[in-house]
Amino acid sequence: MSNPTIIDIISPIMAGPSSSHTAGAVRLGLLARNVYNSNFDKVVFKLYNSYAQTGKGHGTDKGLLAGVLGFNVDDIRIKNIFDTPEAKKIKYVFEFLEVFNRHPNAVDIIFDGDLHLEISGNSIGAGEIEITGINDYQIKIDGKYNTLLLIYGDEPGVISHVTKIIQENEVNIAFLHCCRNSSGEDASMTVCLDGELSNDQLKRISKLNDMYIIRYIKKLES
Amino acid sequence: MRITTFQELEEVCLNRNKNIYEVMMTSETQSGENTEYHTRLQATRSLFAMNNAINVGLKSTETSISGMSGDNCAKLQENFGKNKSLFTPTLQKIMTYALAISEENVRMGTIVACPTAGSCGIVPSVIISYAQDNNISQDEQINALITAGAIGKIVALKLPLAGAVGGCQAECGVASAMASGALTQMRGGNVSQIINSVGLALKNILGLTCDPVCGLVEIPCIKRNAFFAIHAVTASELAMADIVSMIPTDEIVDAMAQTAQLMSPLLKESAKGGLAKTKTAIELERNKSMV
Repeated sequence: MSNPTIIDIISPIMAGPSSSHTAGAVRLGLLARNVYNSNFDKVVFKLYNSYAQTGKGHGTDKGLLAGVLGFNVDDIRIKNIFDTPEAKKIKYVFEFLEVFNRHPNAVDIIFDGDLHLEISGNSIGAGEIEITGINDYQIKIDGKYNTLLLIYGDEPGVISHVTKIIQENEVNIAFLHCCRNSSGEDASMTVCLDGELSNDQLKRISKLNDMYIIRYIKKLES
Repeated sequence: MRITTFQELEEVCLNRNKNIYEVMMTSETQSGENTEYHTRLQATRSLFAMNNAINVGLKSTETSISGMSGDNCAKLQENFGKNKSLFTPTLQKIMTYALAISEENVRMGTIVACPTAGSCGIVPSVIISYAQDNNISQDEQINALITAGAIGKIVALKLPLAGAVGGCQAECGVASAMASGALTQMRGGNVSQIINSVGLALKNILGLTCDPVCGLVEIPCIKRNAFFAIHAVTASELAMADIVSMIPTDEIVDAMAQTAQLMSPLLKESAKGGLAKTKTAIELERNKSMV
């Protein structure tokens, strides 16, 4: 938050006690939920470093669970989330780990249900967060824009096909980031949008050649 | 025009004969960052949530998850009711509200990070206590909160408001400066007095470390909120008497940013030095299963 607004300074309204360890945890859970965007019956949370050491005392575990269940940062039920009917419907496990090469406030959220997805993220301060990985792919999503994430076979023309479909509904692309390890192998594309994509557009993008993973990730509200 | 320093802010306010909150909202509207409507809406919601946190916190003695805190506000209220205080009723209220909100924070209650969760008691306790005792309208409280936000914003351009980057000077210290500016505005201070109160408050918190026991937002954070709420009043009193800081406010912010860089990482929210590594803190850490 190098260029904050007045609103950033006098918000968010949140369940305490820590913007990085509580509100950030809820937002990581919420964004991971938006990435997964399917039914699930089990979630494993792996908390690293400071999240592991001070997570229980800060309610980081409660925040993460509340987030994946769809509760917002100011929800008064976060405090007693383990007792809510929503939490009792699923299985959840917390693991507390120390790993030097991970961010101080890192978490892996592993969903099982309609599909198996491993989502990694960091809480980077003042409630700001980033999703940094899906399964073994490195990505970067901050939840500020509706985001289309594609993992696909690297070949000429994919970007053009995708952006052409996006442009049809007059949807503007705010940021576009592409990445690959080597020519002709898996590539990733992260497209941050100013508007919304329709189901029809998503269906047509998914039918392009060699699309391995397609996720349409709704932005977070605050 | 985008305003990035207190000097620019003061000049624009004086030239246009406008208040800080007006100039800063116009600036954000022109740069496309936010509209005046959205800023006022969030300020209204935040003020409402701050009042709620006070009302809930005043009545609760529930302990934090760690069990280390939760009853300070009750004790203070009891003592103010029983024994003679040196503080006026408004000052007593400011201290009490600061503790009420900070304790509500460690209970996982709903608070407003202003600018951070750890410093959440300072700005609301000062604005709301003064407003209650001096018939300040809701609109004026919202204006004061927006001015507080504008002050935090200008500081944050030079130093991120996070203990892990700037130590507690960037959290409770900045909150105290924001509260001081808001209070000086509500008292009818002019723009120069408001900006001077910010500088006076910041100058007195340079070097404040972030060394919380067990790494939790409790010791010393809760009591520190009460201290720095009163600290804001002191800065406002000096400013209203036209006692001017010899070092301009922008230069104090520069000094604060430099101090943040020079501060050891052991003293910036890592719980690896200072209070967090005292004999008693280490014992507490050993006895707490939750950390």
